Amino acid sequence: MFLAWRELTFARGRFALMGSVVALIGVLMVLLSGLSVGLVNDGVSGLKRMPVEAFAFEEDVDHSAAFARSAVDVTAVDEWATVDGVKDAAPFGNVLVNTRTDSGVDLDLALFGVQPGTWIAPSSATGEDLAGPGEVVLAGDVRDMGVDVGDVVVIDQIGTELTVVGFLDGQHTFGHVDIGYVDLPTWQEVHGGVRPGEEAPAWVYEQVTAVALRGDGIDLAAGDAAIGTTSMTLDESFGASPGYTAETATLQLIQVFLYAISALVVGAFFLVVTIQRKHELAVLRAMGASSRFLLRDSLTQSAILLVTSTAIGVGIGLLLGSGLSTTEMPFALEAAPVAGAAVLLVVLGMIGAAVAVTRITRVDPLTALGGNR
Amino acid sequence: MTAATATAGLNLAGVTLLHGDGDDTVTALDDVSLTVQPGELLAVVGPSGAGKSSLLAVAGGLIRPTSGTVHVGDADLTNASQRDLARLRRARIGFVFQSGNLLPALTALDQLRLPLQLGPVEKPRDPRELLDEVGMSHRADRRPGHLSGGERQRIGIARALMTRPQLLLVDEPTAALDRARSQEVVALLARESHQHGVATVMVTHDHDVLHHCDRVLQMTDGRLEEHVG
Repeated sequence: MFLAWRELTFARGRFALMGSVVALIGVLMVLLSGLSVGLVNDGVSGLKRMPVEAFAFEEDVDHSAAFARSAVDVTAVDEWATVDGVKDAAPFGNVLVNTRTDSGVDLDLALFGVQPGTWIAPSSATGEDLAGPGEVVLAGDVRDMGVDVGDVVVIDQIGTELTVVGFLDGQHTFGHVDIGYVDLPTWQEVHGGVRPGEEAPAWVYEQVTAVALRGDGIDLAAGDAAIGTTSMTLDESFGASPGYTAETATLQLIQVFLYAISALVVGAFFLVVTIQRKHELAVLRAMGASSRFLLRDSLTQSAILLVTSTAIGVGIGLLLGSGLSTTEMPFALEAAPVAGAAVLLVVLGMIGAAVAVTRITRVDPLTALGGNR
Repeated sequence: MTAATATAGLNLAGVTLLHGDGDDTVTALDDVSLTVQPGELLAVVGPSGAGKSSLLAVAGGLIRPTSGTVHVGDADLTNASQRDLARLRRARIGFVFQSGNLLPALTALDQLRLPLQLGPVEKPRDPRELLDEVGMSHRADRRPGHLSGGERQRIGIARALMTRPQLLLVDEPTAALDRARSQEVVALLARESHQHGVATVMVTHDHDVLHHCDRVLQMTDGRLEEHVG
């Protein structure tokens, strides 16, 4: 501490410069973390908030588009109910539709078809729960767009009319689109493209998107083999929602690069500092300073620099982020990812610094003698 | 090399130091034997490249000699490990470098505190008292950048004395100083060596300061001889 602290305050300009770089990376990390949590929520918050543990989709369905492509026979629901570990199985339907309300609000919706009153049907925070055909319960956020209970939502092209009977609590989205819960037959008609008043062919009522499952230690592999489905846990199914994998992968890539950059920058900085101190280090070695003393001194210095500047950066990031959270941007700050980013930033910085300062051990005290100053 | 002569001060016996290998071998020290008593200030003069710095390096445990033995007090430096050498340098040996070689980040007072940070010290000097002894207490809070060459050298001497070393190795202390400052600095070295019973070896080019020294030896081509002149 003795030397580390005095050198920090003596060369404060240089260290402040380096500190600001780390702090700025910290700011960026917090913002990226908020953006990635926000995007994830925007993509799959509706799935996250379902009491479902797994979905059984059509066999060999394209994993990344399972929610859009899959079609499962309703009989699979009863079959899944008997699989080991399954407590409940329910039919589940998903379809993306463009709608317009009678008050003239354009609304893109992910229509989730469920049987009203079953475990999978959500309870409304405002208005009534879903009860029967021709009704829709919308995500709470839709209220901010000027839609209210009693409004009628008309589906483009086929003209199906749905009456808004209630709203869920807060954000329920799927693939960046708000969710509307409808009863299963209504969903099946919309999915089958049946216009109001038309006679629906029988197959329309035989299909659902997937079987929703809950239970304890469900034997998914056995169920899939016996019933001929492809199942995914809820977390796995996030990847089957539109754009999810691409978005998270992009953000993760950016974050990985930022971590690497910050470790390299910190390493390069301490390398330059160490090279610049070479003569000084030789003097200290001649005076009998051990490698351990010199390494500890340098690493203490890097730790002070990294922890302080990361804390400042994260603080600024949180401040900026809390401003962003209230905007339309998909942005949400969560403690765990922010703390994780901060810790990673410090740890990787320390690794960079450690690699750089190991050359301390190679400084020859002999160079302290003579006129090579 | 007997035990009797190795009880205090510095003792080199038949020390040879070769640099390089094969045809490029350079003899830096050629069968050097030397004893410096506690309280004695020895000056070593000689042209550049005569081996003066090598003598300091071997005596200070920075290099192991190719052959011969090195003792500081009862400690044998000849075959000590790097770790033990560092410990011996810390506890028993003080270095005074050209132009002080102080750390730019530390105030004068902190320069003196530094040796006590490097490891446990048995009977350290009081930094303020020592700063006063070398006449620098009015500069306690100044960093090297705001000190003159002579002041830096005084603080460098004080720093080397903080751990009450048995051996003080001084490398060209007056190289960057004018005549008057040179006299003061070497007089200070002589006084400190005598007062505290430190065996001091000073390597110098400066023949004007030799009258402060108890003994003067001449180094030529790695050989140590009586100084004439």
